[in-house]
Amino acid sequence: MRNIFTICGKELRSYFTSPIAYLLMALFGLIFGYFFYSATAYFVVAGLRAQMSGGGAQPMSINDYVIGPLMGNASVVGLFLIPLISMRLFSEEKRSGTIELLMTSPVNDWEIIIGKWLGAMSMYLCMLALSAINVALLFAWGKPDWRPILTGYLGLILQGGTVLAIGTFISSLTKNQIIAGAATFSICLLLWVLSWVSSYNDAPWAAAVAYCSILTHFEPLSKGIIDTKDLVFYGSAIFLGLFLTSRSLDSLRWRA
Amino acid sequence: MIKVEGLTKRYARNVAVKNISFEVGQGEIVGFLGKNGAGKTTTMRVLTCFLPPTEGKASVAGFDVLDQPLEVKKRIGYLPETPPLYPEMEVSSYLAFVSRLKGIPSAEILKRVDEVCDRTGIAGVKHTIMSKLSKGYRQRVGIAQAIIHNPPVLILDEPTSGLDPQQQREARQLIASLSGDHTIILSTHILSEVEQSCSKVIIINNGEIVVSDSVANLHSRRRATELVSIEISGASPQAVKQRLEQVPGVARVVSRDSRDGTPAFEVESMENYLVRPDLARAVVQAGWNLTEMRVVGESLEEIFLELTKSEEAAPIAAAAVAAEVKEGAVTTQ
Ligand SMILES: Nc1ncnc2c1ncn2[C@@H]1O[C@H](COP(=O)(O)OP(=O)(O)OP(=O)(O)O)[C@@H](O)[C@H]1O
Ligand SMILES: [Mg+2]
Repeated sequence: MRNIFTICGKELRSYFTSPIAYLLMALFGLIFGYFFYSATAYFVVAGLRAQMSGGGAQPMSINDYVIGPLMGNASVVGLFLIPLISMRLFSEEKRSGTIELLMTSPVNDWEIIIGKWLGAMSMYLCMLALSAINVALLFAWGKPDWRPILTGYLGLILQGGTVLAIGTFISSLTKNQIIAGAATFSICLLLWVLSWVSSYNDAPWAAAVAYCSILTHFEPLSKGIIDTKDLVFYGSAIFLGLFLTSRSLDSLRWRA
Repeated sequence: MIKVEGLTKRYARNVAVKNISFEVGQGEIVGFLGKNGAGKTTTMRVLTCFLPPTEGKASVAGFDVLDQPLEVKKRIGYLPETPPLYPEMEVSSYLAFVSRLKGIPSAEILKRVDEVCDRTGIAGVKHTIMSKLSKGYRQRVGIAQAIIHNPPVLILDEPTSGLDPQQQREARQLIASLSGDHTIILSTHILSEVEQSCSKVIIINNGEIVVSDSVANLHSRRRATELVSIEISGASPQAVKQRLEQVPGVARVVSRDSRDGTPAFEVESMENYLVRPDLARAVVQAGWNLTEMRVVGESLEEIFLELTKSEEAAPIAAAAVAAEVKEGAVTTQ
């Protein structure tokens, strides 16, 4: 346990000693802030119009109009930014030779992997925390339903964890950070696009393909629905990614 | 303490280490010698559990590197060929990180870091970011990192590379001060270093051990025959060579390039002959000028070169090396 924290702490610190942490946080904060602003602005205008024309119509839900789309946008933005977090995890160590320190220290491979993954997760959580400031504003001026917000964040965390696990694996395959980042990004893109298949086709295989998409499982969560099936999907995807990393570290030893 | 039996390490295409066996006892300092690509780093990587052996066994303190790698790793301090430093970290926080990795209790970490900084002479750069360190200081931090948990076994891959002569001496003193309770394997290209700090030498060539012996034995082994370098002016090389070959006890005369065109030769004696007086007399009697004569066959360098000579490349390599031998460093390609 101590080893995991040691490695996780070192990873997190190294994000913040380089510009990458601030860059990511600024970028995510900016994009999220923009979406937040336009979504609320739209909501306010639409709300006023509804009041003037309809009178006694049901009040519009801020959850449906602001938070739902906002979470969806955040998850897509995440797909683009997360590879930047994971790309350096192992490839940098391989390039600089520090991997030799890690692998000859009395630490298990899985401790290294989980430590690194948790370090990347913490970085990602810092990014999310920034966006939570926006959401807090909603609570200050309105009464949104907190449940879909929480599940939405849970979804973002799970989705981020999955992409980071995939990215961890890919970065253990190459010495080159850029290649690791680009490959992770391509795979994320692919996993995203898979969800479109089912909208063109309703054969069983299309449903199966769509099941593999990261986004398919995000949607229910962003609407406040927690389905075990989705949790299982994310959980096993994270496990698979980290497991493949451990295989790859092993074969790294054989080939070195 | 360290036991290697029939170790073979094969990479995808080539065999780096072929069926080597050796043992290192408690408290011994072993020098690993060999040309570039001889297989030193590979052997060390197997001993530190970084690479698994393809065949054969290796164990440290009775623990097999394949079966109980964690136990082995706990007992080893390892300085890889390139010091494993994180460029963005400060020296002190790096050493604290390594301490935690090596399982040093949190309460002791600060003390250990201070201790090891003093010992390796890096106290002055403790709060420097490592990307700003010079090569020599990186090497020192690498050594500090290897000894921080006071391991019984130290494996140092070229510990003095990149250090200036003053620092090299300090590093050697540091290594000597670690001897006794530590078992040390170090690899190097600097032969005088082995003579000075090691009790035992293992010379490895093309993945095979050619010599594994104590430094003292190695010297006496070579004393039986004499190798004399001799420079003569005032005569044609052919004539000199013919004359020298006639001196009693001379086994072989080899012409050598000399600096300024004066004929130079290497004369090898037969076993148990001392040929220098006879050589000098022969030259003087012929009326030539004896400009230089010295015994070359006794330093480890010669033994090393002799043993690792590959047939076709030898003359070129020897000539290239001869220039560098003077600085005490051999970097044969
Ligand atoms: N990762 C690798 N993949 C394939 N071959 C390798 C690898 N590492 C080393 N080798 C080969 O194994 C042989 C031994 O290399 P090794 O690094 O052990 O030599 P060395 O004795 O440490 O040399 P040097 O003095 O240059 O450090 C070399 O022929 C080298 O080409
Ligand atoms: Mg080497």
